[in-house]
Amino acid sequence: MADSRNRIAETDRVIGPGQTYTTIDDTVNKPILTSILGTPIWWFIAFAFGFLLLMLYLYSVVYLIAVGTGVWGNNVPAAWGFPIINFVWWIGIGHAGTLISAALLLFRQEWRTSINRFAEAMTLFAVVCAGLYPILHLGRPWVFYWLVPYPNTYGLFPQFRSPLDWDLFAISTYASVSLLFWFIGLIPDLATLRDRTENKFGKIAYGIASLGWRGSAKHWQRYQRAYLLLAALSFPLVLSVHSTISLDFATSQVPGWNNTIMPPYFVAGAVFAGFAMVLILAIPLRKAFGLENLITMRHLDNSAKVMLATGLIVVYGYVIEVFIAWYSGTVYEQYMIFNRMFGEDYWWAFWALIFCNAVAIQPLWSKRVRNSPLALFIISMIVSVGMWLERFVIVTVTLTREYLPSSWGVFTATRWDWALYIGSFGLFLTLWFMFIRFLPSIATSEMKELAHIHENDDAKEVTT
Amino acid sequence: MSMQTTSQNDKKLYGIIAEFNAPEEIIDAANRAREAGYKKMDAYTPFPVHHLDDALGFQQTRLGWVVLFAGIVGALGGFFLQWYANVVFYPLNIGGKPLNSWPNFVVITFECAVLFSAFSAGLFMIIRNGLPRLHHPIFGAHNFAAATRDKFFLCIEARDAKFDTEQTRQFLEQLNPNHVSDVKDE
Amino acid sequence: MNPQDKDLTPQPLDLGAVRKRLEGSQGKAYWRSLDELADTEAFQEFMHKEFPRQAAPLASNVNRRDFVKLLGASLALAGLTSCIRPNPQEQYTSYVRAPEYYLPGVPQFYATAMSLGGYGVGVLAESHAGRPTKLEGNADHPASLGAIDPLVSATVLSLYDPDRSQVVTNRGELSDWGSFASALSDTLSGLDGGAGLRILTETVTSPTLASQIDALLEQYPNARWHRYDPLHRDNVLAGAELAFGEAVDTRYQFENADVILSLGSDFLGIGPGKLAYTKAFSARRRVRTAEDSMNRLWTAEAAPSITGSMADHRLALRPDEIEGLARSLAARLGLSVEAGDLPDHVSQEWFDALAEDLEAHRGSSLVVAGNDQPAIVHAVAHALNAELGNVGETVVYTDPVEVDPVSHSESLAALVDDISAGEVEALVMLGGNPVYTAPADLSFANLLSRVPVSVHLSPYQDETSLRSTWHVPQTHDLEAWSDVRAFDGSASIVQPLIAPFYNGKSAHEVVAALAGDAEASSYDLVRGYWREQFGSDFNSVWPQSVHDGVVAESRFAPRQLSLREDALSDAPIEATEGLQIVFQAEPSIYDGRFSNNGWLQELPNPFTKLTWDNAALMSAATAERLGVRNQDVVTLNYEGNSVEAPVWIQPGQADNVVVAHLGYGREAAGRVGNGQGFNAYALRTSARPWVGGGLELTPTGATYPLSSTQMHHALEEERHIVRHGTLEEFRAHPDHPEFVHPVEHHEYDLYPDYAYESYAWGMVIDMNVCTGCNACVTACQSENNIPIVGKEQVAIGREMHWIRVDAYYGGSVDDPEFYHQPIACMHCEKAPCEPVCPVGATVHDHEGLNVMVYNRCVGTRYCSNNCPYKVRRFNFLQYAELEENALSMVQNPDVTVRSRGVMEKCTYCVQRISKARVTAGNQNRRILDGEVVTACQAACPAEAIVFGDINDSGSEVVQTKASPLNYGILTELNTVPRTSYLSKLRNPHPALASASEGGH
Repeated sequence: MADSRNRIAETDRVIGPGQTYTTIDDTVNKPILTSILGTPIWWFIAFAFGFLLLMLYLYSVVYLIAVGTGVWGNNVPAAWGFPIINFVWWIGIGHAGTLISAALLLFRQEWRTSINRFAEAMTLFAVVCAGLYPILHLGRPWVFYWLVPYPNTYGLFPQFRSPLDWDLFAISTYASVSLLFWFIGLIPDLATLRDRTENKFGKIAYGIASLGWRGSAKHWQRYQRAYLLLAALSFPLVLSVHSTISLDFATSQVPGWNNTIMPPYFVAGAVFAGFAMVLILAIPLRKAFGLENLITMRHLDNSAKVMLATGLIVVYGYVIEVFIAWYSGTVYEQYMIFNRMFGEDYWWAFWALIFCNAVAIQPLWSKRVRNSPLALFIISMIVSVGMWLERFVIVTVTLTREYLPSSWGVFTATRWDWALYIGSFGLFLTLWFMFIRFLPSIATSEMKELAHIHENDDAKEVTT
Repeated sequence: MSMQTTSQNDKKLYGIIAEFNAPEEIIDAANRAREAGYKKMDAYTPFPVHHLDDALGFQQTRLGWVVLFAGIVGALGGFFLQWYANVVFYPLNIGGKPLNSWPNFVVITFECAVLFSAFSAGLFMIIRNGLPRLHHPIFGAHNFAAATRDKFFLCIEARDAKFDTEQTRQFLEQLNPNHVSDVKDE
Repeated sequence: MNPQDKDLTPQPLDLGAVRKRLEGSQGKAYWRSLDELADTEAFQEFMHKEFPRQAAPLASNVNRRDFVKLLGASLALAGLTSCIRPNPQEQYTSYVRAPEYYLPGVPQFYATAMSLGGYGVGVLAESHAGRPTKLEGNADHPASLGAIDPLVSATVLSLYDPDRSQVVTNRGELSDWGSFASALSDTLSGLDGGAGLRILTETVTSPTLASQIDALLEQYPNARWHRYDPLHRDNVLAGAELAFGEAVDTRYQFENADVILSLGSDFLGIGPGKLAYTKAFSARRRVRTAEDSMNRLWTAEAAPSITGSMADHRLALRPDEIEGLARSLAARLGLSVEAGDLPDHVSQEWFDALAEDLEAHRGSSLVVAGNDQPAIVHAVAHALNAELGNVGETVVYTDPVEVDPVSHSESLAALVDDISAGEVEALVMLGGNPVYTAPADLSFANLLSRVPVSVHLSPYQDETSLRSTWHVPQTHDLEAWSDVRAFDGSASIVQPLIAPFYNGKSAHEVVAALAGDAEASSYDLVRGYWREQFGSDFNSVWPQSVHDGVVAESRFAPRQLSLREDALSDAPIEATEGLQIVFQAEPSIYDGRFSNNGWLQELPNPFTKLTWDNAALMSAATAERLGVRNQDVVTLNYEGNSVEAPVWIQPGQADNVVVAHLGYGREAAGRVGNGQGFNAYALRTSARPWVGGGLELTPTGATYPLSSTQMHHALEEERHIVRHGTLEEFRAHPDHPEFVHPVEHHEYDLYPDYAYESYAWGMVIDMNVCTGCNACVTACQSENNIPIVGKEQVAIGREMHWIRVDAYYGGSVDDPEFYHQPIACMHCEKAPCEPVCPVGATVHDHEGLNVMVYNRCVGTRYCSNNCPYKVRRFNFLQYAELEENALSMVQNPDVTVRSRGVMEKCTYCVQRISKARVTAGNQNRRILDGEVVTACQAACPAEAIVFGDINDSGSEVVQTKASPLNYGILTELNTVPRTSYLSKLRNPHPALASASEGGH
């Protein structure tokens, strides 16, 4: 990159000094190639923790299906509660990965390279967590497949006008395309593992998974074209997914939902939350596996910048919501906003989310904060909470105060609401720790390419 | 550089392979091989090397067109599904909206287009590359495991018209590779 | 107050008793007895010792629903399927040749009468294959005129209540009718001419029972007949005595009244004539065009009542102030009465306007006094009506409908004296529950144990049964022959639709047993009585009377009476200081007899919208002064008795008045009613049964959760949900009144409208006559198999009623205006709920109904979110009874029973539409206007609901929608609702119009 040619400060490096093909290989694959006994103890502890939460998740799912939706706090008017909030929250998180890989690839942003792999993995796992909620949320989850168009004896199709059916298509498409994108990216690295590992079983597993990749130039040619096209397709897809989810609200006529700003506002929020989660995962990961030279401060710095930018877009969204409510001149919109801000039941949620999503990100203007992993980690945590609160306010608080005053209500979450939410972290963490243990969390082949491009940087650093 | 004599055997020869250390070397080697008139050859690298395909004289892939076609099919199919179900197959009065409320059908149409084109891209790449193919003669080549790590290989194949065991080997050796070896065909 | 405490008195596990039970019981009832055993302490201990885990389900703090389900389960075991076949021990043969009128699947309707407070309400009972499922009003019956009230509708559920007592018991031991009869005759033979024999009944209007009791008293000249009904009409009688020197009944003719003054009377809400009165009253308020006239209602009352909520001018007055107002008014109109100053809360201008209004309408005005008003107020009302020349016009007097009317308080007091004097050998209680309902100061419960032989005939093993030596299960009105008189004296023959489930006995049979004939059947007794009445043409009149549900020309004729000179000579009561307590019947569970009826427990109070509980109701100002908030538990100290009760703030109630609804705090009501609410009877005294001063209220610091179905009552005027104005405003702009069209919005659409060629069903609800009586809610619940969900679920906001009556308060919190707005599915032509359903589970049919396809519903609940009217109800849990059991037998076979996880809502009674379509189709014609009557419409006494085909320009619904008062709720959302509303009108006195407009 032009600028990085001139100044090679630590935070400008997309790759640390002295990185060769072999060092990259070894750093990234070391945790994977070590034997079971060689696996660090913290991994077992962390995995066990995640697995425990996963069991909680399964328990609450079984209880839910045995007893019914009534185990949650949902009611009329607040017919949508935690499951939808968590769904939107997880799917939002599941945006950064594909966005990083696809969009940044298209814009030739080199710094994407070392974070795209685990960001994509994060995306997939988040989508898994998200995707289960709309199904569990149904009154009769066992017939969720009625949303899928398939030939049946009733001669019935889904009702394609419903945003919920759009969701089904959007999420399933997003999940499968992201998986494909991720897998294709993995093929060369799996081949590397196949050739590195001594473990017989590993050899077979990675061998099959890598489809017998042999790095032929002819293959690379098609591979790169396919990868580029996938990126080109994934980019609008990413934008479309959260836009579609925002339509669940935007196409309704609930005051506070039917806003045209919803799609861009939701997408920005998704990227915002996604990058927060990327940082939450990247900062411990690079420490634990000593990847500081591959996931450099430059990556953290840029992610923080993206977070700040998208965060500001979200804040703009809040402002516009208030403005439009006033400008609309309809009592329902105006009361909705008033209730969000000052309603006796939920005012705290609104102001808490303003603090988390608007105030807490302001320090990111300072480079010092952006270069402190700890600070970034904390801010990202706050942002994740804030984005959950935002969905709580949008989904549930809005529903409790609608058109007919006689039908106003309150929503109180039950312990099963919380169990299913906390449990979903178990699902995510279990998948995550499996991933970082058995798959390369950094795209080695791409890093090698990058190392090739930057092999003269060290020399330059000396000269300047 | 150690000159290797091919161990005598009756196995058919797949090609002769040379190992290099750097992308620049392999591109240079490929160029010279092309200029020398070799056509049936391939390079094996741990990461995509720029302009290597040109050096090897590959022509462009038609992947783009396939993806475009698949996308169009997906879009049409997606819209047709919704139009047919609502207008022809089981018309219902849904909230007083017209049977063919096309604005409602846009999202699914778009998603279908992306789904079809994305998978066409992925599958086309895998299938045209002849994958999955778990075994290949080239894996038998000396130190070929390094092809996914840090070494760059150029293989001139026996089926090339200009191929001649001795001449080709000499040709490769003058490109000063780490070493040159035969690749047996099974 | 304590939901935990809910078991019948525990008995030791007595295997002898079980064995006896097995002999005595029929068929599968054996299992039922085991189930009862499960309730005994011994059995529970055993369970806990042996199977600690299995015991858990029997733990007492299971929520209400589980009880309802539990009842079901136990009954399934009880072999209640034998209800349809009364006696499993007899041989049965199926219809080889069915009766010609019987078509399987087509219900029959039988005319009969339900008695409530002793007075009859005519009903048509719908019977499916011999199984009564629904009660409708009987248009031929004067007390119904086709309408029905929620309590009577719900009695059909009580019929199947598994908690009803099933066997004769003697001191808690199982017994049977035979041994009871013999024991009874032994006792009586020991008495000299029946000395020491006492009979205690509630209000009796049944001619047959009356003649039986007469005969009995002749047979036993020394026996005495006492009466006690907790909601007695003593003051009404005393008032009549005061005014006319004799007990007469007062019958109102609201159809002739232009100006009505209610002195604390809730003539639309309680009393045997309420349905007929509501019909007549609302007929005079039904305004369609500016030419239509409207009566004017003035009310003065202590607490909001259905009548008060309809008033054009309402004053919230302390009970003593009401008497003050009455006296001042009498004085003002020139009657000789001792009158003080005008009460503080009555403004001079208000008073003048009232007096002027009454005088201006001589002969067409009416003054009504409430049952709980002191005798003098009734006397004043009589005097005023006489003075204003209303007698014979708007009010008539007849002989009392109650047989041999006496003061119930005195009658019970006399009985109590005799008991404490040890003069009572045998006490036979026919119905009622005196141990629970008797005034606290009589301590009836303790005295009852002193009576050697006490017999209690009642449908439940209730508080009184448990303290009586004998308990006899009483038949339900749908189970036995009887007769009863309506408020106007018209007699009805009560015919059973089904044989008694548990060998219950009717009052007639018990009295016959007293008279020595234990084998007599109600059928013979009732027929026997009427054979004498009808004489020679009995054979023609009897079937006619049974068929019509009312005996022709049996209504009492008006009488000419003259006022006594010193009618109004009583001295005024001294104004009481401090807190006053007012006792009222609970609007849903009445005096407590419906405690175990789930429909009524979950029926929201018309104003507080509370379910499953009563509360100490007080005005906002009083609560503020006492420093208590909703759901704070306070101790009510009154006349040396005290109970704990939760507070609920009721706007529009007089300050310093605490209203306590009777009927809650039951201990032996059954598994649904036990432990709900607090027992106000524990505070009641025989001296002052309705109103009393000197109430002390002390907060306990505790709180008690109350379940209300509506948390926000303030009328958000700027939303224009309820549109209201005055008759004057309407007449000022007869074609386009502003208050009906506060905002102009363009109605255009991107899409072309659907055409509905055949029928297009629509509804209009006239808010101007709707009294908010809840009749529609229970009727709908009964018709559409709507489950109850229990207190906890209501608290979360999951009640299932398809139609609800929203209560709004306009104006100030101290003197609010009341608005009732029934809300059900609007069947929007552009229904927002439909496009958002991903599986097409809710769609439009060809007649414009917004139909719900339960089987297709996956339960996304998006439709509910997108419904601006929030009329959709979701089965968050398995609320409905899916198993075969007693409670499932009340279900309407024409309506799907919904399972867990699906959405449901009002269907415009699509099953009735289909039935009409079939009938019309068979006769090769269109459905006629008025041929389809929805359940809510049929029940409504105010005829506030009009339903029909809006494609038929001649139909009533089209005519009604043509009124300038017609408007749709939230039409600016372009939902195009098929249900529209007629704006609420008030008809304030010109002199006060401005004041009342200040209210809104």
